[in-house]
Amino acid sequence: MGESRPISRREFLGAGLAAAALAACARRPPLTGSLLGPSRERGHLLRSGRFPVAAREEKVPVVIVGGGAAGLSAAWELRRAGFDDFELLELEDRAGGNAAWGRNEVSAYPWGAHYLPVPGPHATELKVLLRELGVLTGADRWDERFLCHAPEERLFIHGRWQDGLFPSDAMSAEDRRQKERWDARVRALRAGRGKDGKPLFAIPMERSSSELAALDGLSMKAWLDREGFTSERLLWYLDYATRDDYGGTLDEVSAWAGLHYFAARAEGDDDRVLTWPEGNGWLVERLLERAGDRVRGGSVVMRVAPDGAGAVVDALDAASGAPRRLRARQVIVATPRFVAARLVPGVSAEGFEYAPWLTCNLTLEPPRDGRGAPPSWDNVLYKGEGLGYVDARHQDLSLDRRRTVWTYYRPLTGGPDARRREAFGWDWEKCRDLCLDDLSRAHPDLRERTTRLDAWLWGHGMVLPRPGFLFGARRRAALAPRGAVHFAHSDQSGLSLFEEAHYRGVMAARAVLSVLS
Amino acid sequence: MTHALLASLFVVATCGLVYELVAGALASYLLGDTVLQFSTVIGAYLFAMGVGSWLSKFVGRGLASRFVQIEILVGLVGGWSAALLFLTFTYAAGFRLVLYLLVLLVGTLVGMEIPLLMRLLKGKLEFKDLVSQVLTVDYLGALGASILFPLLLVPHLGLLNTAFVFGLLNVGVAALALRILRDEIPDAARLKAGCAAAAALLAAGLAGSRVIADHAEGSLYADEVVFAKTTAYQRIVLTRWKDDWRLFLNGHLQFSTMDEYRYHEALVHPALSAHPRPRRVLILGGGDGLAAREVLRDPRVKEVTLVDLDPGMTGLFASHPELSRLNGGALRDPRVSVVNADAFKWLESSLGGFDAAIVDFPDPSNFSVGKLFSAPFYRLLKRRMAKGGLISVQATSPLFARRSFWCIEKTMADAGWTTAPYHAYVPSFGEWGFVIGAEKPYRAPLRLPEGLRYLTTATLPSLFEFPADMSRVDAEVNRLDTQALVRYYEAEWEKVVQ
Repeated sequence: MGESRPISRREFLGAGLAAAALAACARRPPLTGSLLGPSRERGHLLRSGRFPVAAREEKVPVVIVGGGAAGLSAAWELRRAGFDDFELLELEDRAGGNAAWGRNEVSAYPWGAHYLPVPGPHATELKVLLRELGVLTGADRWDERFLCHAPEERLFIHGRWQDGLFPSDAMSAEDRRQKERWDARVRALRAGRGKDGKPLFAIPMERSSSELAALDGLSMKAWLDREGFTSERLLWYLDYATRDDYGGTLDEVSAWAGLHYFAARAEGDDDRVLTWPEGNGWLVERLLERAGDRVRGGSVVMRVAPDGAGAVVDALDAASGAPRRLRARQVIVATPRFVAARLVPGVSAEGFEYAPWLTCNLTLEPPRDGRGAPPSWDNVLYKGEGLGYVDARHQDLSLDRRRTVWTYYRPLTGGPDARRREAFGWDWEKCRDLCLDDLSRAHPDLRERTTRLDAWLWGHGMVLPRPGFLFGARRRAALAPRGAVHFAHSDQSGLSLFEEAHYRGVMAARAVLSVLS
Repeated sequence: MTHALLASLFVVATCGLVYELVAGALASYLLGDTVLQFSTVIGAYLFAMGVGSWLSKFVGRGLASRFVQIEILVGLVGGWSAALLFLTFTYAAGFRLVLYLLVLLVGTLVGMEIPLLMRLLKGKLEFKDLVSQVLTVDYLGALGASILFPLLLVPHLGLLNTAFVFGLLNVGVAALALRILRDEIPDAARLKAGCAAAAALLAAGLAGSRVIADHAEGSLYADEVVFAKTTAYQRIVLTRWKDDWRLFLNGHLQFSTMDEYRYHEALVHPALSAHPRPRRVLILGGGDGLAAREVLRDPRVKEVTLVDLDPGMTGLFASHPELSRLNGGALRDPRVSVVNADAFKWLESSLGGFDAAIVDFPDPSNFSVGKLFSAPFYRLLKRRMAKGGLISVQATSPLFARRSFWCIEKTMADAGWTTAPYHAYVPSFGEWGFVIGAEKPYRAPLRLPEGLRYLTTATLPSLFEFPADMSRVDAEVNRLDTQALVRYYEAEWEKVVQ
């Protein structure tokens, strides 16, 4: 039966109620957890460069190296074209790449990429996939179960939660003017087209006009200075955005990349996002289902060498150490560039920089929440060290909210190499404290409420679109195949996005198919 | 020194009365029946003061030390009394026992204060001045407390903080006495430490009272609480005043036995009786079994599945003698199977094939519950119904939450239901709204089950007429990504409550 109005006496007694003591008395198990990450041993195996070679050669018409979003998308495209004669070799036991995910008794949760903005008009291939998965339904409508449920975002500022991420609490008139000017700029850029008829900013980025290529030459910060954007709030918000999408600060990423984040979204003001408890792991799992038994996990590929009309792939079975040699007509190397450079002779990763990341998953009872906007999907702390946390059970349709999992994201900005070296020395306790100290500002009893905290250090989390990189020669060079060896990765776009990975994977598959036919 | 002692006396007198008022107010708010609670609390308190006065004659040497000790104790026990009582009420049985024990303890200690103070003042004043001044100050303190308590203390500090603050004042008096009577106190260091410890404990309570408030049960009931239980999901409280039993979940009224038949008849029969052959019926929510009772009135129904999240709730209403009498033993009826599960999740994996579904969720007051009023939910429910199936949805008040009501109606229509909105008057709730979802335009049934007290076939069609102040208003469809309903509901009820 419906709720009636609250009893008036309740207000009368107001603050006069009881019981913290009990909550505090309830004995809790100590906080446990572990530190995870991409298999360093397997990675180092590759680094050593020495490996046994199999005596026997297996003939596999097409080999895909790497089971992240790009490799799995290539497999999906091959199968969609009716081509089944391929093998996908993945280093880890479970594929997924940056969309890795986990699950415990409370919820599934992401370790990396956790959402997909509603694709715009240029992401044709991606829309085909999403239609196949039922995310995009008949009448061009998004299945709202997969759209981020309300409330989507909130920001902890001045001791309370506000709705939305832009720090709009106590804005000055100048802040407001600059925000309006910024919004107008973004709207114009979204609608704009170059002289070549292409959109100024598109996803996939390859379909953008080159009209504003000059913007790639300066940092986002330099561009903002030039345009007179000085509002502290606006700059924080934009810095948050570039750290969120690229793992770099306004000084570290190019203006073209920084603007792309805002201006390449879907038509109009459609800022909706698609998300799942396990993040983009959901997409990866669907792709894995479609790739079926063509995927071989635990395969450490040591070398991919163009050879005559085809290529030779040398791999080790991670469990047994047994070597395999595959002779392929075509190969798609769907790994980050720094890995491809170790696999394929003559390939260089120079110019490719990567932002290291820390991700933590906290299993907890919802802690005290503070005043203001209610718990949302994305919960950000103004001027926090990290990017806040995402509630893995936000999309859940059940009423039972006694426990949940939060995913904490923190790009390690400020010089990728130095930070990576530093982060390699971190143990679980260090990661735990970095996370809890950051979030406790909004939730003072977080530590007591958390029963488990797992941390994941991504040494090479995301390719960093430094000024000059997106329109530079090195990225261009990474697009071209070397003989029968094609490349497919979001690194080729310089933007670490699922959409870009999918596009690169599909394009590589198409190139392979056209050669084979 | 005399003036300082008299000032202490004023504070002590005020504190004493404040503890009494705190206990009386708490007892009447938690237990109801103000006259009884205040009378017995005041009676017990005064009696205990008498006991204290009598006991004071046994205090011989070390008068000043004893006085300081008593002040510390009164401050500590009185200061924590409100918090202890709330905790007991919320988490433990035997609230009355604890209440009267506390009242007797504080009363006894307070009763010793005045005689001891009088003896301390002896020799400093003439007897006639002593009696007159002490009693004057005592009564002035009482007047101060009785005026401050309702006008200033409770509205601004709340009961918890009031008690803590006065506890600190008592300890302050102890500290003051320590200072001015230092010549007569040999063990001053120990008492000083006691003062500090008590002050720290009270300060901790004061600092933590906000936390205590956040965690505590927020609902206090007008009538006698006859049953209270905290399950994994909610706080269930049953109150009774004569024949009127009321069920509260987390402080929100769910039904009153005086008029729940109006609500449940209106919820169930307009849809169920309109079905030509309802055999399998689904009830979502409704763990009290009252909707099930109504469904079972229809002899054509062979099978009822009741899905409610909380086993504590369905267990209580299946086994408690009084409560299962209310639902006519519906939850133990062989035709009824009870499932404790999350409705949305359960429905996703259910085989379906229901002829009618009664949807009785709590109002959409938060985003989790709001999902159970969304278009995907009604679409899913539609897929789980047999051909010709009808659903009936509790849809909050079309009078107090008009846009919310029409938002629910519009959402059901968006999900493909042909809707028939209607309303009924339930005195303890006010005007309440429901929406029937059907395949074809709804036609009111020509027959209703036997034994109804509210619905008649003649008046049923009138429920589907909406007067001007409840008539349709434009509203958005409640989608998961916007949750318009929760926002409407919040705004509308906020207005009503103010």
